[in-house]
Amino acid sequence: MFKSLAPPEYLATIDQVKCIRCKRCIQNCGWSVYSWGGDKVLIDTSKCVKCLRCYHYCPEEAIQILDNPVKFKNNAYWGYNNIRNLKRQAETGGIPLTGMGSDLPYPILFDNLLIDACQVTNPSIDPLREPMELRTYLGKKPASVEFEKGKDGKLKLKTKMPPQIKINLPLIFSPMSYGSISLNAQKVLAIAAKECGILMNTGEGGLHEDLLPYRDSIIVQVASGRFGVNPDYLNAGVAVEIKIGQGAKPGIGGHLPGEKIPLEVARTRMIPVGTDAISPAPQHDIYSIEDLKQLIYAIKEATDYKPVSVKIAAVHNVAAIASGIVRAGADIIYLDGFRGGTGAAPSIIRDHLGIPIEHAIAAVDDRLRQEGIRNEASIIAAGGIRSSADAAKAIALGADAVAIATAALTTMGCTICGKCYTGNCSWGITTQRPELTARLDPEIFAERLINLVHAWEHELKEILGALGINAVDSLRGNRERLRGVGLDTQTLDILGVKPAGR
Amino acid sequence: MNNYFEKNIFVNHEGPIAKGKKAADKGLGYEKSISGCGLTGLISKNRTRLSGKAIVESLCLMNDRGNGLGAGYAAYGIYPGFKDFYAFHIMYDAPSVRWTAEEFLKANYHIEKIEEIPTFPVKAIAISPLLVRYFIKPLKEKLAGDVNESDFVVNSVMKINSEIDGAYVFSSGKNMGAFKGVGNPCDIAEFFRIEDYEGYIWTAHTRFPTNTPGWWGGAHPFTLLDWSIVHNGEISSYGINKRYLEMFGYKLTLLTDTEAAAYMLDLLIRRHGLDIATACTVLAAPFWKNIDNMDEQKKEALTALRLAYGSALLNGPFSLLFGHSNGLVGINDRIKLRPLVAATKNDLVYMASEESAIRAICPSPDKVWTPRAGEPVIVELNK
Ligand code: SF4
Ligand code: SF4
Repeated sequence: MFKSLAPPEYLATIDQVKCIRCKRCIQNCGWSVYSWGGDKVLIDTSKCVKCLRCYHYCPEEAIQILDNPVKFKNNAYWGYNNIRNLKRQAETGGIPLTGMGSDLPYPILFDNLLIDACQVTNPSIDPLREPMELRTYLGKKPASVEFEKGKDGKLKLKTKMPPQIKINLPLIFSPMSYGSISLNAQKVLAIAAKECGILMNTGEGGLHEDLLPYRDSIIVQVASGRFGVNPDYLNAGVAVEIKIGQGAKPGIGGHLPGEKIPLEVARTRMIPVGTDAISPAPQHDIYSIEDLKQLIYAIKEATDYKPVSVKIAAVHNVAAIASGIVRAGADIIYLDGFRGGTGAAPSIIRDHLGIPIEHAIAAVDDRLRQEGIRNEASIIAAGGIRSSADAAKAIALGADAVAIATAALTTMGCTICGKCYTGNCSWGITTQRPELTARLDPEIFAERLINLVHAWEHELKEILGALGINAVDSLRGNRERLRGVGLDTQTLDILGVKPAGR
Repeated sequence: MNNYFEKNIFVNHEGPIAKGKKAADKGLGYEKSISGCGLTGLISKNRTRLSGKAIVESLCLMNDRGNGLGAGYAAYGIYPGFKDFYAFHIMYDAPSVRWTAEEFLKANYHIEKIEEIPTFPVKAIAISPLLVRYFIKPLKEKLAGDVNESDFVVNSVMKINSEIDGAYVFSSGKNMGAFKGVGNPCDIAEFFRIEDYEGYIWTAHTRFPTNTPGWWGGAHPFTLLDWSIVHNGEISSYGINKRYLEMFGYKLTLLTDTEAAAYMLDLLIRRHGLDIATACTVLAAPFWKNIDNMDEQKKEALTALRLAYGSALLNGPFSLLFGHSNGLVGINDRIKLRPLVAATKNDLVYMASEESAIRAICPSPDKVWTPRAGEPVIVELNK
């Protein structure tokens, strides 16, 4: 066969002296890099994606996965991936796919923002000794509240409060569908969400019955494919999310190939086994904002007025779009920045469309305030939240809460290798192959995810304490406590942040 | 300080007042003034008008809580002859500014009286802005339709403060007034002859600004309509409090976060109709763990308040006194990071940063206590 002119990215190597021929690497690799050659392990390095499963399971530290030293000639303009993609396209005529968020070296605004701290004139607060409130409510807030004096002379609420979702900290899990990830991975998210008092989101794949015990911690999603949507589904969770777009692939739909639709996935999505699950690019009943309004209210009617979230990708005109969505009746607006992850997207789309979440939060928060409707919807920010510091910065820029997916998957073993679209994830996350998904024990991995959430919770409290505030409400939109380093005047202006030193 | 003009000697508009305003206009160039402070206040529930002598004595005892870069007084009941008129106290950088402001006032108000605020030479206060007071009433035709009179006056104050460079309205209530400037409490008192005024509510403040030079407009009390506030603390949530208020049309032009507290009270009480006690639970909200243990009705009420007014929570250390036409209120932040002591004697109620400041003018109070974190002391005038 004609050998691919795209050289392998990685060199999987085994130290034959150290190797004890236990064959664990063969068993563990989802991409069939290794095979048994009778007396030693054979390696097909062109299949290696550097997910490092084999490395972790080799008892002898015999495996090394190296970046292939054979590269095209160094060229500051024609990068390795440019040339490689050209070769691949020449061979297949197709669109190179990718998984996870864009890894291109665009500027990372989070890394150019620093958080304030108290010294002398106002005391910092010790979160180990003083209460530190992270509790957050998602949903519409009234602009003001009215009371009447009760019979006992005490305050009695007169205003009818819109429905709220209480979360223990301003963090939830981003939507990931059953189909794009395994049921076990969804269970990890559900168990952790319930335990931590936060939320997971079904994504556009329907709700498997195994998740029903966690329904109070679940947002169900309705997207363009309408998979698994029926009245029971809409009412199964605490809120319904309408997905318009995704940060990793704004403006395009989804395609889950038939091979990834075994019986269980098919049942949950309510489609025949083995058929391709196609999510069209737009929702074909939403060609404009008034259509969205009708869908929002149709869902509200069907759910006895549960909160409705609308998820959009952060695109150039995000502020105006968000304002329209809020005016269309959404209770929550979910912004997904261009760094946001995906199970599968054309790399050309993932790497070149959309805007960073930092700009989007600032622009949307500003616009909603200018229009006096910031209270009408909560803002969830997602798309590349890597740490509690990113979360704190996103909240200070104006988000009510952040959503994480990639960070959550890393607790399940994911190494962000970016090959989720192959369906071979060795960690049992983005695959439906039973021998792979069986590796992901929901109980055990939920522990790890819960640890992560608790760790971030502690860190957020430390950040608030250093800021001298004891409620996350006082961080939200408090850009006065952020400073930019190395950002140009215009970016600072857009973010509403002063440069460090001012 | 050299930029101030000596009385009748005028300098260019790079004076601190104008500077403060320009910085605020740019938004991002704004620099928050942080300061430590001492405050004191008293009220006669029976509306006995007391000379300013006592409050000056009480404040001067706390000289060490300030650094001579700002002090001020507010009093209620001082203009009985003009009690139906808004008493605008305005400070000007230059007479030309005065004419601009007066043109604006003439176009919108009936002006009953204009006079320079009486001041007396004090050695330590070499320079001061031009200080003028106006007793005015909105022109009838300006209130046609459903224009609310208070809103109209507030808008005028906002307009002058944000649009007329070098002019500051530092007092705008009826039958009350603020007197403040750069100097230590005793000098400012002498400068304005505070002892010559008689009022039934007094508040006073000495300031310890730490990062911006003291300037006349930045001293406390800060006032809007009948509200006057003296504040000790630094509101760490200032950034969001400011943005929240801007959503309701407030323009924050001063360099102190006390302004945010004043506008917040105006929003909550005057515009949203909350009573004073409820407004206080917004500024110093109870913790969720306490709310969770309340009976259903109270829990529902306080949860709604926290949800709607999360951005109005004043987070960070503060104690503040606010006077209004019907009373005096003292309140601390939710974990009491700044001092506040209260005392009563007959119909008089005192509140101050330090007990000594009360005992200096009331040696044997009937009762002395330290209000708990977030629990307001609300005193109302007898009807
Ligand atoms: S896992 Fe390690 S020791 Fe076992 S066969 Fe593979 S390389 Fe050899
Ligand atoms: S989920 Fe699996 S395939 Fe996807 S990036 Fe992580 S390790 Fe790789």
